[in-house]
This record gives sequence, C-alpha cells and structure tokens, in this order.
Amino acid sequence: MSDLILDASQIRVEFGGLVAVNDVDFQIPTGSIVALIGPNGAGKTTFFNVLTGLYRSTAGTVMFDGQPIAGRAPHQIAAMGMARTFQNIRLFGTMTATENVMVAMHAHLKGGLWQTIFGSPGQRREEQAARDTAHELIDFCGVNGDPDEFAKNLSYGDQRRLEVARALALRPKLLLLDEPTAGMNPQESDDFIAFVRRVRDAKQLTVLLIEHDMKVVMGVSERITVLEYGSKIAEGTGEEVRANERVIEAYLGKAATHGAT
Amino acid sequence: MAVVTTPGTGTGARRLRRVAVPALFLIGGLSVPTVVTNVGAFEDRWFPLTTMVLCGIFVMFTLGLNIVVGYAGLLDLGYVAFFLFGAYTAGWLMSSFFFQIDPGIHIFDAAINPDSPGINLSFWIVVPIAAVVAAIAGVIIGAPTLRLKSDYLALVTLGFGEILPQAFRNGESIKGFNLSNGTKGIGPTNPLDMGWLSWTGVGKDAINVFDYKTRYYVIFALCVIFILISLRLRDGKLGRAWLAIREDELAASLMGVPLMRTKLWAYGVGAAAGGIGGAFYCVSLGGVQVDTFNFQFSVIVLCMVILGGMANVYGCILGAVILTWVNYTGMKEIGNSVNNTFGTEISVPKYQFLIFGIVLVLMMLFRRDGMLPAARQKHSREIDAQIEKIGTEGVA
Repeated sequence: MSDLILDASQIRVEFGGLVAVNDVDFQIPTGSIVALIGPNGAGKTTFFNVLTGLYRSTAGTVMFDGQPIAGRAPHQIAAMGMARTFQNIRLFGTMTATENVMVAMHAHLKGGLWQTIFGSPGQRREEQAARDTAHELIDFCGVNGDPDEFAKNLSYGDQRRLEVARALALRPKLLLLDEPTAGMNPQESDDFIAFVRRVRDAKQLTVLLIEHDMKVVMGVSERITVLEYGSKIAEGTGEEVRANERVIEAYLGKAATHGAT
Repeated sequence: MAVVTTPGTGTGARRLRRVAVPALFLIGGLSVPTVVTNVGAFEDRWFPLTTMVLCGIFVMFTLGLNIVVGYAGLLDLGYVAFFLFGAYTAGWLMSSFFFQIDPGIHIFDAAINPDSPGINLSFWIVVPIAAVVAAIAGVIIGAPTLRLKSDYLALVTLGFGEILPQAFRNGESIKGFNLSNGTKGIGPTNPLDMGWLSWTGVGKDAINVFDYKTRYYVIFALCVIFILISLRLRDGKLGRAWLAIREDELAASLMGVPLMRTKLWAYGVGAAAGGIGGAFYCVSLGGVQVDTFNFQFSVIVLCMVILGGMANVYGCILGAVILTWVNYTGMKEIGNSVNNTFGTEISVPKYQFLIFGIVLVLMMLFRRDGMLPAARQKHSREIDAQIEKIGTEGVA
C-alpha cells in the first residue's frame, strides 16, 4: 500500500452527456516523477481537478497516501499533502511573494484569533518562523525578484517559480504541476527539469506533471501516462510510450503509422 | 519606468509612517473634545460634540464592515442587522424592559432607581455580550449565505438586513412574549456607567445625559481597541487568508485555506464591531427605536468604507468621520451659511442623497480606491497606470 502515494481506480467524470475522463486507472509510486500527457482536451486538467477535490468524480475512488479523498473539501485534501500549481498562473496578485507562500502554510500554523489579537510570544515566534521558511522556499525555487514585491509585479518566470514555492509551503507529499513550462524558453525548460529532480530529492516528495513539451516530459519523467478523449491509451517509460502505436496515432494521426511507406 | 518603492520592507520613511500615523490619530482624536468645547461658538455650531460622538460610532461600524468588505472582499449590504443586534442587546440588558424579573438583576449598573426590575448590567459587561451576540448572529446569517458568490451574496445579505428589522418591528408578541416592544422600542435604558473608573477621578457612577465629552472618550477608546484588533488580524494568519480569498478563492482553497471558516471569521469579527457600536448607540441615545434600522444605514456605512479606502483602517476612519459630519452637521450648516449669505431658502439636507450620489460617482471616476487607499491597492493601481501609459508593449 505505502509504495503507492496515489491509487486512482476507475475514475469517471461526466459533464452531462460528455465523458471527460473515462474509467481511468492511475497509480503513482511514492517518490517517482510521473507525467500525464495527451492532446488538448484529453481530460488531463479534469483529472487533476478530481484529485484536488475541485470536481467530484462520477464514479471511481482515489486513495491518497492510503486514505480515500472522496467527500473531502479541497482545503482538506491540500492539508493531507497534495499541492498544485495552475496552468494559468493563479497567484494572489496584490500580496507579496512572501505572503503568497505564507498563505499556503495556513493549515500548519496554529496561532488562533486570540493569539493573533494579543500577539502572544508563541504566535510571534511562529509568524517569524513562517516568514523565514517562506524566504527559504523562495530562494530554493530560484525566484529572483524581491520577496517583498507584489506577486503581480514579478516577471513571468518568477511567477511560475513562486507558484511552486507556494505549493511547497504546504509540505506536500504529492506535487501536481499543471503545464509548468508553458511560456518558458528552451534554456528555462532545461533548468526546470533539473529543478524538478532537485525538489523531489530535497523535499522527498512525488511529482505528477501535465506537460506538452515532449523534451521536458522525456527528460524528467520516470513513467508516462497518455490520455486521449478521456481514456488511458498508454502507460510506461518514455521509451515504451514513444514506441506505442496508439500514442503516435493520437499525436500525429493514423497516417503516421499506416500510411507511411 | 519610475522606480516604485516596495511595500513591507522596513525602509525609514515607512517605519516613520508606521509610528506617525497612529500617533497623529491618537493625539488628534483625544484632543477633539477639548478643542471643540473651548474654542467657542463657531466650533460649537460646526463641530458639536454630539456629532463627534456619532462620528465615533460610525467609525466603529465602518471598521467592522471593512473587515468583511475590505479584507475578505465579501459584499455585505445588510450590515444593519449587526447594529440592530447590538442595540437590542443593550436595550434588553440595561433597562427595566424585562419587568417580569422582579426584583431586578443589578450588576455594577447605574440605574436611576437601584431597585428597578429587569436586567440591569453595567455597560462594560454589555459590550462584550453585545459583541458576542452580534458575532453569533453573523455566523448564523453567514453559514447559509457565504456559499454564494459576489452579487448573490450581496442580495441575500440585503434580504437579511430588511427581514430582521421587520421581525423586530413585529416582535411585540411572539406567542405572548414581548421581545422587541414593536414600534415603541425599548427605553429608557440606564445611563452609561463609569463607576469602575472612579479611582482615576475621570469617571462618575452615571454619565449625565448631556455629558458628551465622557461619552466621546468612551467610544474613542472602544474604536482604538478595535483598530488594534483590525491591524493585528490583518497582519496575521487570518488576515492573509482573507486577502487570499479576496484575490482568488479557488487558489486559496487549494492552498489549504478553509473557505467557509475563514469567511465566517470575517463575518463574526465584523459583526462584533457592529454589535459594540450598536450597544453604545443605544446607551448613548437612551433607548432603541426600530426605525433606526433601515437599508440606508447599511448603504451609508458601505459608502464610508469605499469613500475612505477599502482595506485601509485609517482610510475607513477618515471616510466615517467625514460622511458622519456631512450627514449630521455639515449639510445643515453649509445650507444655513449659503442661505444667510445669499438670502435664499434652500434646504440643503433635502438634497443629501443627490450630493452623496454625485460624490460617489466622482469617486468612482477619479479615485476608485478611496481617499486613503490601502498600500497594496494604491501600488498596483500605479503600476496599472504606468502600463496603460506604456501601452501593450510594456506588458510582459
């Protein structure tokens, strides 16, 4: 049990008549880096949203760290140790980089209403420690901008990195990255591959990423799962997936496998 | 591109402002009654202490609503509900209203007749009770409504703000039990008691009906306490969660912020201020009248928050003081001056809402973040303006 951080079985999501995710089985071994790929509209983000509790699956169960996530609110799942970044950056724009990261520590901070109002020594120490941790995480993720700058004023790359820092502040066991290299140049993407490995090793967590950049996918992931029209069509290592006919079909069309002479 | 100073860092100017603004506020606030009562007829006409006391009350309400609207970004059009609960709590617990309780309960009170029936508690005991009652009311109203978003939330809170006064208007006989005394209201309530302060020489057991000076100091002290609470909460874990919710609810919840609970705290704390203000209002006027609680009140307090500067405590204070003064004295006196000078007979207070409307429209056009915007809003607005100037090229 414990060698799987995430065990989703027979996940099905229907929006009215549309089947967005079609009976997908999906396991993630603890400590691995796994990629979820597929053409646009394959149901990848929908699948993410089921994992994080934003959507309720029509059928199927998700076990996270040995516990079912069914019926839990997003903030509870987050507190269980599942953190994510977003396809379109969703930072808290008018809060500073440090504050953004500190928001994600909400579940870990104990200071209640009264301690905050009276500024008890324990609460002050906790706040200071949280601030220090936030600065460490911002450094760790390589955010170059001023940690006291508003998130919306940071450069695009910094915003992407800050989102990871914020996610790490949850002390996650599983980190979900939704198209993390979107908008990055090749150099930044290469750095990102190294960075994901570094995060995994330093924070001892598992990484699941959705990604379109095949160079990143092949470079970083130990296992790859391919979705098409909501169904899983392939799974395995980079080599296996690359050689899989259905995957080539999905990406390049039928002609690529049959029509070519 | 102009260099924009970063917030949050301990630069010298910022640190100075951190000390200077509260100090100025404290000195200014404390000296108001002395200045106003000692300078003579002009101040007495233009800045009567009665209005100054009302300013204090509205500062309290504005600070409370600021937590809900300014910090957490929840549009509440029914703030009058919490004012109502605070006022009625004081009415119930500081008068002979429950005459069935005879001999009455007297705890450190300043009732004219020490043997009067009913519940007669000291104002200083009633304040925390009123805060708690209003906060509980806030949570009860909030629990079903806070699941709604923006406009829908505003509409439902508006509904609550309309329903509650109606319920109290008709609450004369709930299965024979008189809860609110209907349109006749509750009163007279016991005077404000300051017995516990007698060792300083400032307080008297009961504050005279015409002693606005002491009353001013009392509401001023209550406001200072709530300002401290607002600032502390803003800078703590809860304040961050409020801002995060205002910015992006979905992202906040995925970062582990419990939405419902965090919003309910905002409602509860905001309502508590409404309750305290309501209790003081009731005692200050010596009773509760159900007609006081109308939609206009909610709107005016909201205007104070917007005019002064959302999410900025000092902006809210400024907004509350200016609007209260304009409402209760300014309009009338300006009208009198105009009429005296030009020999006209225009009744300026009649045009109160017209003038209000014009001011709000002008604010929205030229200073959307209020007179004293919160540092973060002002900052981002400056950047936006710069980007607009640079054009689309500048947006990276």
